[in-house]
Order: sequence, then C-alpha cells, then structure tokens
Amino acid sequence: MTNLNGRFGSHGGQYIPETLMNAVIELEEAYNHYKNDREFNEELSALFNEYAGRPSRLYFAEKMTEDLGGAKIYLKREDLNHTGAHKINNVLGQALLAKKMGKTRLIAETGAGQHGVATATAAALLGMECVVFMGEEDTVRQALNVYRMKLLGAEVIPVKTGTATLKDAVSEAMREWTSRISDTHYCLGSVMGPHPFPTIVRDFQAVISKEIREQIIEKEGRLPDVVMACVGGGSNAIGTFYHFIEDRQVRLIGCEAAGRGVDTFETAATIATGKPGIFHGMKSYFCQDEFGQIAPVYSISAGLDYPGIGPEHAYLHDIGRAEYVPVTDDEAVCAFEYLARTEGIIPAIESAHAIAHALKIAPEMERDRIIVITVSGRGDKDCAAIARYRGEDIHE
Amino acid sequence: MSRIKKAFEDGKAFIPFITCGDPDIDTTAACVREAVRNGADLIELGIPFSDPTAEGPVIQSANLRALTGGITTDKVFELVEDLRRDIDVPMVFMTYANVVFSYGKERFLEKCKNTGIDGIILPDLPYEEKEEFLPYCRANGVDLISLVAPTSDERIAMIAREAEGFLYIVSSLGVTGTRSRITTDLKSIVDVVRENTDIPCAIGFGISAPQQAEEMASLSDGAIVGSAIIKIIEKYGKEAPSHVGEYVRTMKDAVRGIY
Repeated sequence: MTNLNGRFGSHGGQYIPETLMNAVIELEEAYNHYKNDREFNEELSALFNEYAGRPSRLYFAEKMTEDLGGAKIYLKREDLNHTGAHKINNVLGQALLAKKMGKTRLIAETGAGQHGVATATAAALLGMECVVFMGEEDTVRQALNVYRMKLLGAEVIPVKTGTATLKDAVSEAMREWTSRISDTHYCLGSVMGPHPFPTIVRDFQAVISKEIREQIIEKEGRLPDVVMACVGGGSNAIGTFYHFIEDRQVRLIGCEAAGRGVDTFETAATIATGKPGIFHGMKSYFCQDEFGQIAPVYSISAGLDYPGIGPEHAYLHDIGRAEYVPVTDDEAVCAFEYLARTEGIIPAIESAHAIAHALKIAPEMERDRIIVITVSGRGDKDCAAIARYRGEDIHE
Repeated sequence: MSRIKKAFEDGKAFIPFITCGDPDIDTTAACVREAVRNGADLIELGIPFSDPTAEGPVIQSANLRALTGGITTDKVFELVEDLRRDIDVPMVFMTYANVVFSYGKERFLEKCKNTGIDGIILPDLPYEEKEEFLPYCRANGVDLISLVAPTSDERIAMIAREAEGFLYIVSSLGVTGTRSRITTDLKSIVDVVRENTDIPCAIGFGISAPQQAEEMASLSDGAIVGSAIIKIIEKYGKEAPSHVGEYVRTMKDAVRGIY
C-alpha cells in the first residue's frame, strides 16, 4: 500500500527537520533488511507468543449479541495482552529492531500511558534505557500509568508546552530525538509521523487482523461483515483492518473521539472536523484553524486526544474503503459501563468508542451478520476518570 | 542581482531572527527597523506556528505569545508590506510547512512576491519533500532556502547543489536555543558546501555571544541569531526595539571582526 516515498495516495511523506533525515533513512534501511530476516522474525514471534501472550482471543460476546438482538459480535481481546493493550505489538517489534541497529536508548511519547508502559516494558526486557514524554495534563489523568512506567525503570518527562497532551508529547519526543540520535531510537506509538513509521507500526500491528482472519474462519467458516476499532493516530485500527483491505465485502469502521460533539470545539474527530495539512512529519488530515494553527483538541480519552490521524487512514477515507465515525465522550462512557455489566469486560475508554458504535449498528443488522470489534486495551487505568465523569471521587 | 545575494556581497552578514507579533505587531516592526538601522544584512521573520517542533523553549514561548496576541498570516503580510516602504534589506520567512500549505501554496507565494519577501525557510521540509513547494516558489521568484545539519553527512553535497538564495547551516544537534559551546566540525561541512555551490552559506542555531558570531561568520558567510534576540524581546516587551538595535550593532561588529 505504501509507495517508495512513503505515500498513501497524497498522504504520508517525510516532513521533518534535515537533522533527522539520516536517522529515518537508517531506520528504513534496517527495517527493510530485518523484516524479511528469519532470525528477527523468529525472535519477534517468540516475544509475541511467550512474552506478550499472543495470539489474543477472539471472543464471542454472546450476552451482548443477545441483548442487542442483531449481528453476532466478536471481541478481539487485545486487552488481554501483556501490559494491557495492543501497543505491545508495535513496541516489541520496534525495540527489537532498535536493538539490532545498535541503539541502547528508547524514547517515546504517550497519551493514555499505554504506549509509554509498553515501551518501558520492552526497554526493561531488552536492557535498554527508556525516556517517555507525556503531556502534563495526561500525567494527572493517568497517574497510575506514570507510576507503572517508573516502576519499569523509565524516566517520565511531563510536557508542559501547548495543550500539555499527546500532540505536545509527540513534539517534545521529536525535539529530543533531534538532539540525540546516535544511540537513541524514537519508538513512535502509532501509525503516524514521517515515513517509515506509519508502515513499520502498521506491519507490527497487522498481527491483529492476521489472527482475526484465521480465528473467524475457524469459528464461523467465513469472513466478518464488519471489523471496527477506535482511531486516534490509528494503530489498533490499521492493525484490525490491514488483512481485510483487499476483501471489499468486509466493512472497515474507525471510531473517532468526538469529545463533547463534532459541532463543538471540544472534539478530536479528525476526519469529521479536520482538513488536509502537514504536521508531525506527515501529510494527512488535521484539526486546525484557517491559518493552519493546530487546534487544541479534546476527548475524555487521553489516547485518542490527538489532532491528526495516520496517513494510511486518510487514504482509506479518501478512496472510500474505510468509514470513520465520531463517537462522543458520553456514548463512550455508556459503552464502557455497558461492556463491564454485560460481558464482565472493562475496556479501555479508547476501545469503548468502538463498542459504542457497535451498540448503534449491531441491532440494525441481521442475525446472521458478524461484527468484530477490537478491544484495544483494558480499562483499569480509566476507572478513576470515569468515576469522576459520573461525579464520584475515588482515590486510587 | 537578487537582494539575498547582495546582502552577502559586502563582507560577512549578520542575520537576526524575529518572531512576528511578539509581543505585538508594532513592536516587531520597530525591532526590524532598529535591526536594519544597526547593520542587519538580512532579516528572518518568523511566522508563528502552534507547534514549532524545531524550536527550543525560547522561540516556542515567542510563538505562543504572538498567537495569543492575535497574530495571523494575513497580519504578517500586512507587516511586510509596511516594512517594505522603507526597508531595502532582504527579508525571508521562517515558518512551518503547514502555515504555507493551509494558506494555499500558490496564494502564499504570490503574496510573498507582492509584498517583497525574498525567500522562505521551512525547517520541516527536507530535500526529499521540497517539490511540494518549489514550483510555487520558482513561479514567484522566491528562494526556497535549504538547511544542512551536523547529521547530513553525504547529503550535504546533494542539498548544496540545488540550494537557492543562501544555505542555512544548522550548527548543532537539537532545537533552536543558545548554547555555550558549538562542537560540530563546521569547517568540514562548509568545505563540502563550497565545493558544490557558489551561493553563500550562513550558520545558525545556538549563537548568542559576539565571539561565537565572529567565529561562525569566519567559517562561513554569516551568522544567524534567533533565541538571543527573542530573549531581549521577552525581557523588554514593547521597550525592546532599542535594545535589539544595540545588540544587532554589537553582533554586526563581531561578524566583521570589530569588537
């Protein structure tokens, strides 16, 4: 899907300072070498299976299916991975690659803290140094994850600039990489940033759809009608879509964070409210004002609170292959509670955005239809924030 | 002869950077005029961006102050129009790709030509992506100024061969901001540049003291100073112009070896 210059249609590219160009070229060369290297792939598979707990389950949500009275619902349980989210797939891949490249230090940005925790985990496992940049606002929203990262031996740097959220953490990690390249790999957490990151991260996350495909064929003897996932930068969504892109009969749905609504300024729904732009190394859609200033976006979910979307999603939107729908805070919180009560599964508030949209479409579908929803992470980290949303103040 | 080329004809050049609209547009105009009156050879005008990923904390804060003060791309063009009534030195924009892209590449570069902007520097536009903007720059006679960095290595020759206006040599790793020491082997970089192009080159990033400016200018054709000037503006606010002028005078003398 990627062409030589890392373009997905008109999106993608490498809009970064000259200082970083040789670093991304070196990364691309290393990746092209190792992606077909047997030893590398065996090591990575071993880490996926023995350490991260793959393959993750494809679980038939029978009670949810009965309750909604429409399509059969399967949940792809990325929340059951080690560290509690899909982020570990990408991180193990990149950390192993960085190690092969001779790097000794990983830096990363994090929103909800899941990617930071995953990076800190891989760094601990592979004996690497780790520094995580996290918006100060998010260190408050996700205090538990900050503690986890520190416990794993990482340094967490609160980012106070701009809106002090995910986008600012990305900017700060990019700045840090510019100042220290030779021993440092920037372990980007989503399918965004300059080429080759959107491709590398997608390839490591594509294990999600590879497994879904095998599992659903085993269970149902056919492909699903809909696969869906939440979208911030879009790594769990592209991982969920990837091996179905060529199967035109499979609907691909990405659920964006609408915050308080797409008709308000407090939203992070990029496809619904953004326009084409160039930021964080890539051309894609971004929430921005008429002069190209990046908008201070908002979502209850720190992991989806980002003003852009990965370039491959922008392309899938342009060609009409995938649909992107906005889901509000309120809908996501209701879905968070619904899944807990109905299936005994507490999803990450990010993943709850996908659950919320399924609550809307499943009842409208015939009973012989199949929906697969990726539960990208588990929701323990969100309980305090959801309690606050409901007016309850709990101390962790 | 282009205005940019002319700026380097008369000995080593001193190039100050000023963020437009920090703290307000009138102060920016006065600072530019003072800088020119005190010997600035070329002016780099920063169009603020919400998320300037190549900038250190000093210029980040300046961008924030300017945007909070209500600066827009349209107001920056009005500023340039006003400055061009009495200022003859070359002026180049330094901003981020999205500022130009979102304004409309054609519309932005046409306005550059019409208001008298001689070149643009986009720190997030490397060699590989320059075709995005180059045709629009060419069509309007605006130089798209390239940068080389300490990590550019074998890329220096390739970049230098196609460089326009002047070549911006980034002195150090990292983002903008003053540094007590610059340790890059800049002479080797300049040597490769000279072998591959006749256009002038100037060194920026990290320069604040006169002695550094003299050293950098002696290695190249000029010195670029941003954060040190922004600090003066941050400190003195509306009273900054005379202080900026004084600083520019000192630095201009330094690059010419008089101090």
